[in-house]
Amino acid sequence: MDAHKAEHTHHELGFWRKYVFSTDHKVIGLQYLITAMAMAVVGGTLSMLMRYQLGWPSLPSPTMEKIFPIAFQGSIMAPEFYISLVTMHGTIMVFFLFTAVLTGGFGNFLIPLQIGARDMAFPFLNALSYWVFLLSCIVILSALFITSGAPLGGWTAYAPLSAIPGSGPGQDTGMTLWITAIALFSASGLMGGLNYITTILTMRTRGLSMMRLPLTQWSLLVTAILGLLAFPVLLAAGILLTFDRIGGTSFFVPAGIIMNQMPLDHSGGHPLLWQHLFWFFGHPEVYIVILPAMGMASDILSTFCRKPIFSYRMMVYSMIAISILSFVVWGHHMFVSGMNPFLGSVFTLTTLLIAVPSAVKTFNWLGTVWGARIRFTAAGLFAIGFVSMFVSGGLSGLFLGTSAADIQLQDTYFVVAHFHLVMAIAPLFAAFAGLYFWFPKMFGRMMNETLGKIHFWFTFAGAYCVFFPMHILGVGGQMRRIYDPTQYAFLQPQQPLNVFISVSAFVLGSAQIIFLANFFVSIFAGRRVTERNPWHANTLEWTAPCPPGHGNFGEELPEVYRWPFDYGVPGEVEDFIPQTTPIGAVAKH
Amino acid sequence: MPVVTQDKRIIIPPPRRPDDGRGGGGGGPEDSHSSFPVSKEQIGLWVLLTAIIMLFAGLTSAYIVLRGVPTWQNIELPWLLWPNTFVLLLSSFTLELAKGAIRRNRFATMNRWLGLSALLGVVFIAGQLAAWRQLVHAGVYLPSTLQSGFFYILTGLHGLHITGGIIALGFVMAKAARNRLTAFNHQPLKLCTTYWHFMDGLWVYLFVLLLLS
Repeated sequence: MDAHKAEHTHHELGFWRKYVFSTDHKVIGLQYLITAMAMAVVGGTLSMLMRYQLGWPSLPSPTMEKIFPIAFQGSIMAPEFYISLVTMHGTIMVFFLFTAVLTGGFGNFLIPLQIGARDMAFPFLNALSYWVFLLSCIVILSALFITSGAPLGGWTAYAPLSAIPGSGPGQDTGMTLWITAIALFSASGLMGGLNYITTILTMRTRGLSMMRLPLTQWSLLVTAILGLLAFPVLLAAGILLTFDRIGGTSFFVPAGIIMNQMPLDHSGGHPLLWQHLFWFFGHPEVYIVILPAMGMASDILSTFCRKPIFSYRMMVYSMIAISILSFVVWGHHMFVSGMNPFLGSVFTLTTLLIAVPSAVKTFNWLGTVWGARIRFTAAGLFAIGFVSMFVSGGLSGLFLGTSAADIQLQDTYFVVAHFHLVMAIAPLFAAFAGLYFWFPKMFGRMMNETLGKIHFWFTFAGAYCVFFPMHILGVGGQMRRIYDPTQYAFLQPQQPLNVFISVSAFVLGSAQIIFLANFFVSIFAGRRVTERNPWHANTLEWTAPCPPGHGNFGEELPEVYRWPFDYGVPGEVEDFIPQTTPIGAVAKH
Repeated sequence: MPVVTQDKRIIIPPPRRPDDGRGGGGGGPEDSHSSFPVSKEQIGLWVLLTAIIMLFAGLTSAYIVLRGVPTWQNIELPWLLWPNTFVLLLSSFTLELAKGAIRRNRFATMNRWLGLSALLGVVFIAGQLAAWRQLVHAGVYLPSTLQSGFFYILTGLHGLHITGGIIALGFVMAKAARNRLTAFNHQPLKLCTTYWHFMDGLWVYLFVLLLLS
């Protein structure tokens, strides 16, 4: 027993084993975080290029031609380059930023710390998961650097476009790289999910029952289960797609496709099948992104409101309800695909049902904020911003989930506005909230609060300026993946709005430089934290040192006596009671 | 549970630590705070099996959807699949015998059954490959019909999983050779057996799916 403890507390490793090839969950979590941040910079830059094209479509730019000689041949962006930007931006952001940063980054860092464990259940598998993830990042990024170009199929990789290698310049090698990267990512996700589920279920410390878990942990558990059920289906679809591409099979390719005046040697496939399989994965995937964001925002909101989260149990149950419903709504992505209209009505019903648990969560957040003495820290602001973005984006989901309205709005900028607010900007806000909140635990230093608040206000205003006008563009008929809106007379009156969005996007993008500078400078030069619990929070990670050493908790693992939301308990001296405080051991007024 | 060995000695299991409510081994004493009734290795295996179920469920749904298209053509399944199925079922049985042997502390017997199970697994893989050859001789290739495509992909993926199982059995045999398995702690063998039975059931399911078209 003593030898075992000694191993946990006083075992020094060399630089490479400690910071690079580590099996420590905290190092792996930070590796995920920083890799995903690098991917975000790439994905964000791609979106800036898209906004450049949409704001000023026919404006020749010799400067851009110098930077991207192939993509800007003749000083104007090539249409296929624009479509490859759409594909790569979507793929990088959905998989390699949001899925990776929320479950890979925060999941790895927080799970053992918040449940009072020394590490994950299978540390080696955990490390392997990161390295496979890194490999998948390299594979997907390499698609940007090949001469035939990046894939054009969108992040949904719709067949038969994706199934026929000659269907476009990026559809040969580029698409192969896309499939490879997604397969590797799925494998990495499986290894991660296996760890998350096992760790949360079996390694909780003494006294930490499931109903005493922070909501972050619940959300990570539910997310891991979603990923476990959803990603293998994407893998199955990817296997069939690969055989269509290289094995000559025709699972997704119908007969009668003519390419370069030659009929293709495929017959009998079913392009809709790809959509069904993809969205069976794809819809749970958006909850894989949003659920951890919800969990983290709930905990952070409660901490800075100095109030318990409103209705903890309903928060847990609504998360479970959302995750179950997420598997029976995928058809709402396919209302205009030629699917049976009756099936469309069924999917409308199930989709609108999701509004119920989502609204439960929203009202609970409002109930938490209501009447609170809110501490407006950067982390707290971003958590409130998360609720704002989630509500703004979620409300337009009601229109899109109703098949009658969706037939009008399908594939317009209304959809772009909806999903960006609800599953890109909202999780981004939660991730920022998490970074500002857990930064002292990660690095033992604080991020600059003033810069954090400036970053918040620019990001908050910027996000609304970028994505709110898109609703108007969409109702006006601007198509989702359009390369040049000025080509159509009916879209030309809306062009000033496109210019406004582009300018706002550049401001929003530049504001992130404030964050990156704040983050990386603070790692080395931020104010040192003097106490373990700078925010006066209740969860277990705040009882560990900043940053926690190998083994997290020193000699003894913490013991839990209460739930994590004892903030502002009437009659107590302090307005917070950590989970490790025994019942009856609190100073009274 | 006391265990009676071959030479009629009675072995009483070592007393459990009071806070170790979990079955099987795994984890140091520090990990044993949780009262969760299942070991982490077992949970890990179930998670893995769930992922495999979803993989084949995805393929099954594609199979059922495409069976409805007018160009669907059934292929004649190779007769070798029947003896292959028998071999795989037999290997599950021998693996159970191996587990039974270690419970009674008969290590040599266990090693024999383990080896035979792995061998039967290899025979199954060889049999599946021979079935592929049969189809190729009949002129049925991967792109020939939709069902032939599914046949090669489903049997191929299942074969890969069985290969993984054989490798896992190899690890168990290596552990047994280093005397790491005991009557009270042979979790690797138990996990391997669960996986193997699952793959066995999966094959029966796939075979029925392919037969019923």
